Amino acid sequence: MSTATDMDKQLRVNPIECSGHGACAELLPEMISLDEWGYPLIDPRPVPPALERQARRAVNGCPVLALQLGRKP
Amino acid sequence: MPLRRGESTASRSGPDGLPRLLPADTTRPEGLRGHLARHGFVPYRNDRLRLAGDLRAAGLTGRGGASFPVYRKLEAVTAVGGRPFVVANGAESEPASSKDASLMWLAPHLVLDGLQLAVEAVGAHEACLYVHDTEGGQLTSALQSALSERWSARIDRVPVRLAVAPPRFLAGQETAMVNLLNGGLALPTFAPPRVFERGVAGAPTLVQNVETLAHIGLIARYGADWFRRVGTRAEPGSMLSTINHADGSVRIIEAAIGTPLRSLLAADLGTDGIDGPAQAILAGGYHGTWIPAPRAAELTLDNAGLRPVGASVGAGVLAALPAAHCGLAETARVAHYLALESAGQCGPCLNGLPRIAKGLATLAGMRPPRQVRKDIERWAGLVAGRGACSHPDGSVRFVRSALTVFAAELRHHERGVCSATARRPFLPLPPATALSDEDWS
Ligand SMILES: Cc1cc2nc3c(=O)[nH]c(=O)nc-3n(C[C@H](O)[C@H](O)[C@H](O)COP(=O)(O)O)c2cc1C
Ligand code: SF4
Ligand code: SF4
Repeated sequence: MSTATDMDKQLRVNPIECSGHGACAELLPEMISLDEWGYPLIDPRPVPPALERQARRAVNGCPVLALQLGRKP
Repeated sequence: MPLRRGESTASRSGPDGLPRLLPADTTRPEGLRGHLARHGFVPYRNDRLRLAGDLRAAGLTGRGGASFPVYRKLEAVTAVGGRPFVVANGAESEPASSKDASLMWLAPHLVLDGLQLAVEAVGAHEACLYVHDTEGGQLTSALQSALSERWSARIDRVPVRLAVAPPRFLAGQETAMVNLLNGGLALPTFAPPRVFERGVAGAPTLVQNVETLAHIGLIARYGADWFRRVGTRAEPGSMLSTINHADGSVRIIEAAIGTPLRSLLAADLGTDGIDGPAQAILAGGYHGTWIPAPRAAELTLDNAGLRPVGASVGAGVLAALPAAHCGLAETARVAHYLALESAGQCGPCLNGLPRIAKGLATLAGMRPPRQVRKDIERWAGLVAGRGACSHPDGSVRFVRSALTVFAAELRHHERGVCSATARRPFLPLPPATALSDEDWS
């Protein structure tokens, strides 16, 4: 059994807000790619600590604030 | 009217056998007097937690599609604190379903009893009955009179507002419904917050299907053991089902959960699914699953029984597709409808569903290119799980099952032959689905 810690952060996109800018995929290519229509496909696994700063940059880089980094729901 | 408030309901034994929810006389609505004669006064608990305990013991799950345990929702809403709001969901936006409208028409007071009991159980001060009006205003006006009658007779403790659902597939989805009740459009929102945390007017909101509430009205009177007398151990009780038969007739029946499909669809499946007029059964409506008739003849109407074929009971819709009709053409018609019903808010759903529908229309025609099926499968993978609501997931489940179940027919089409002899559309769809923006409100 794994315990949820503050380290267990997950990326989530609000699909209503997301307009497919693709900025997130450029800032975090390790975890985000784009589908054939330009919308992000996000790695559902917890963000590894080594990528957390970059993940935050992707979150802040989304022009419509559609990308979220949070605890697993 | 003799309303004996102190009357002990415990001495009443529940109805034996089925139906439980629907009155014996299904030719006209059961009025308040008849309802009270049949079931007695509303057994208010004067205690918040008791109802949840009874519902837990009964094993009641939601009848609106997701089969979620009711007591857990009551507990979740209560745990948030504040003044909760309760909505009875009678939107019944599924075109092939009419069980909720029939129940509200024939036994409105049982639904409204359940609503008041749910209100009491979560300590709500307000409630709403949300309905899609079918009979040109008949259903809403009948419900309005039922509500007024109960209020004057001091049966209801909390006033119930009637709200009309727009005629859209998504109108019954709970976040869309809450959005509408809050003055917006009937479009889904992205959770969290979930409606049980923050819903109507920001209050923790309990949403239950109207049939679920009617079961509450019975369990509160006759108890968990009575409820469990029918159904399976894992999925107790009865459920309403809208059966769209192969001969075009539609019947609403109340069945014990776990009833063999062979007996519900005897006229369609014959004895083994081979000698009847149906080639396939659609279980769970337009977010549901196609099942080949011979396989359906071996299955039962419960989630455990349907799981091996990837199906679930959903809101109880069953449709038997006659052998004379083309399963691919029927699926293409419904997929087109589902694509038009996308709220168009989320990129993958907005882009994927119309492409999938167009692809299916190609498969329904003659000599479709091989690539089309592969495209549909890829798009299906791209829309599933990527919307704010589960509309794309349900749509994809329906489409994928069609590609499997009608695979032989697809090979015929690839060779330029369609084995169907009937061209008339079979599955029910609303007349016009090209709707304007206003139709969301
Ligand atoms: C696209 C969509 C449409 C829905 N339509 C209805 C509906 O018409 N009536 C209904 O009771 N539930 C509908 N639901 C389910 C509701 O969101 C909600 O889960 C349900 O009303 C809860 O009641 P229950 O737990 O008693 O089933 C729909 C869900 C989805 C995803
Ligand atoms: S940057 Fe934002 S809007 Fe653009 S694709 Fe990523 S999540 Fe969507
Ligand atoms: S997933 Fe589709 S139907 Fe659901 S909110 Fe998004 S666009 Fe609308």
